[in-house]
Amino acid sequence: MNLRNIYLDHSATTPVDPRVLDAMLPYFTEHFGNASSLHRWGQNALRALDESRRSIAEILHCDPREIIFTSGGSESDNLALRGAALARRGKGNHIITTTLEHHAVLNTAAHLEKEFGFEVTRVPVNRRGLVNPDDIARAITPRTTMISVMYANNEVGTIEPIREIAKIAKKRDVIFHTDAVQAGGYLNLDVRELSVDLLSLGAHKFHGPKGIGVLYARAGAPLLPMQTGGSHERNRRAGTENIPYIVGIAAALKIAQSELEQTNARLLALREKLIEGVLERVAGAELTGDATNRLPGHSSFVIPGAIGDEMVLGLDIAGIAASTGSACTAGSLEPSHVLAAMGYAAGLARGALRLTLGRENTEVDVESAVGAVADVVRKLRGK
Amino acid sequence: MSEKKTVVVAMSGGVDSSTTAALLVERGYAVIGIMMRLWSEGSGEGDERFAQNRCCSPEAVADARGVCQNLGIPFYLLNFEDDFKTHVVDFFLDGYARGITPNPCLQCNRLVKFGTLLDKARALGADYLATGHYARVRERDGKFLLHKGSDPKKDQSYALSVLTQTQLARALFPLGEFTKVETREMARRFGLRVSEKQDSQDLCFIADGNYRNFLRRNIPDALVPGDIVDARGNFLGRHAGLAFYTIGQREGLGIAVGKPLYVLALDHARNALVVGERDELGKRELIARDVNWIAGESPSPRGEMRVAAKIRYRATEVSAAVVPLGDARARVRFDEPLRDITPGQAVVFYADDECLGGGIIQAAV
Repeated sequence: MNLRNIYLDHSATTPVDPRVLDAMLPYFTEHFGNASSLHRWGQNALRALDESRRSIAEILHCDPREIIFTSGGSESDNLALRGAALARRGKGNHIITTTLEHHAVLNTAAHLEKEFGFEVTRVPVNRRGLVNPDDIARAITPRTTMISVMYANNEVGTIEPIREIAKIAKKRDVIFHTDAVQAGGYLNLDVRELSVDLLSLGAHKFHGPKGIGVLYARAGAPLLPMQTGGSHERNRRAGTENIPYIVGIAAALKIAQSELEQTNARLLALREKLIEGVLERVAGAELTGDATNRLPGHSSFVIPGAIGDEMVLGLDIAGIAASTGSACTAGSLEPSHVLAAMGYAAGLARGALRLTLGRENTEVDVESAVGAVADVVRKLRGK
Repeated sequence: MSEKKTVVVAMSGGVDSSTTAALLVERGYAVIGIMMRLWSEGSGEGDERFAQNRCCSPEAVADARGVCQNLGIPFYLLNFEDDFKTHVVDFFLDGYARGITPNPCLQCNRLVKFGTLLDKARALGADYLATGHYARVRERDGKFLLHKGSDPKKDQSYALSVLTQTQLARALFPLGEFTKVETREMARRFGLRVSEKQDSQDLCFIADGNYRNFLRRNIPDALVPGDIVDARGNFLGRHAGLAFYTIGQREGLGIAVGKPLYVLALDHARNALVVGERDELGKRELIARDVNWIAGESPSPRGEMRVAAKIRYRATEVSAAVVPLGDARARVRFDEPLRDITPGQAVVFYADDECLGGGIIQAAV
């Protein structure tokens, strides 16, 4: 086994930036107070909480009161969908989403459908994973209260036209949520410019810790709490605030967004090299997703004659971390719902391979990865 | 690059494959655990029949993964559903539909474990594929010979008699040197969480262990009731479908004639179950097809050779003479009549501890 240890699965998760870890550490031991306590211990924690909230609000161009801390992207999606749909139940019961959303959205919508009698329209996407805003507009009925479309897709990296969809939603007085979990480290998060009502983020996708996320909820957007208890997060999410992790997500988002241009330029160049290399060295390989409307470090393919899990295994043995698509569904027998939504036949979709770059990757990593992919595919096709 | 030899261990979550992995780690191999996700009835997780499928239930996966975590080796669950369905399950159902009693384990070893899995392991850079079988591979004069496992109660050479030289050259069966009791002791010594786990029984892909129900669910059209007759063709009763009966079977015939009756033959052409008394049962000869000689060729290609032969996994060995007939067929003549020569099962040849090979029983003659 030749262990090069090249991590190319940044869409699954990223390492915590040492600067983020440094910012977090004092809040475990030194400033451990409960932000709700009146004493100085509590006040130190509260200061960190307020500063973190302000820092994130500044990046999102929103009011700090519009930031809700959650346990991560999935909880943010759950709170957004369930909280808004149930809050507007008097007004209507129709939710619009797409076929390529993350399961945190799809399964929440399905739950609302099954247990609460909502109607859900899942708008299809094209072969490149793009949603047509006109399709969304056409799906709106007088009973529609909410639209949820992801900012960028985890499996194929496609960036969705959420600004246009948000405009349509606004015009029709429908709440618009976007799952921005994959976008957080790479795309503009200005909620005024995006014109979204609800936006989900998870820290571990942009070099923050796991287990912490944010839901931006526009002031005035109806939202029922899903977790009740104390008055934390302005009664929208009860539970003692996780100060070290809140400090962590704020620090991580600030670093990611302030270094965004350099990072994206670097990743984009590496990504193009990676895609070019794989398409050139692996006969029959096809890029999935959109070639240009795509997350900067994201590459994904279908490779005929090879099986995703086996490529991942072969690459792991060669010291390279890759994935077939979503880490959340790894090991499942079902072919990717995203590729199915994009019209890929199950047979071809089984050959899905995702290689997602991050800050620490270099050109040498890309060259090694291309070589390793070509090598593994050749061997697996061997027989 | 490391000098270590890399070996893939086929993990099932049971004590045998887990101990195999632990032994190979101890012996200095670079070990990779792979669990094969095989075909199972039902629609997937959440389906009751799926949950009952013992070979790759969520608990079995958790056990296999846990063992690999403790050993500090990588663990992968790979999907072999299509291969297993085609090569093993369909083969099994097809055999019953054609009126024979197929042995899916041999087929699985030949085409899935030491077929697809070995190919994949090799493609991924492994030198060997190890399983928890109780059998031994000995190298002599450049040939890989198959020997029985040390534990006579657990010996599994019967199910491996289909392997070829290319397959055996890449096979490791470390448990072949041990008894089951010793395996459990080793499992305890290695601190394996599965050391006290019960042995699996029966066929892994049949959820409730009841093959008759499995046939009812999967090949209902092939289960046509018909007549039970004696050797002279006299009507004695009705049967529920030939696939439910096996040669030598005594119980469950549903006819009372005052003396015990046994299944003599499944007459597929007339859809009749032929029964008779115990003394009508014995047959001295059979024709075997798809004969595989472990060493690559028959030790006695022209003439007759004396062997000890086994006609089922659990049968006792009997002395026999094997005469090659060409076209991978052979005539096997037993020194004494055997009551349950069953088409579809394997006849396997031994010389003392060495498994010489075997074939599939085509017909008793």
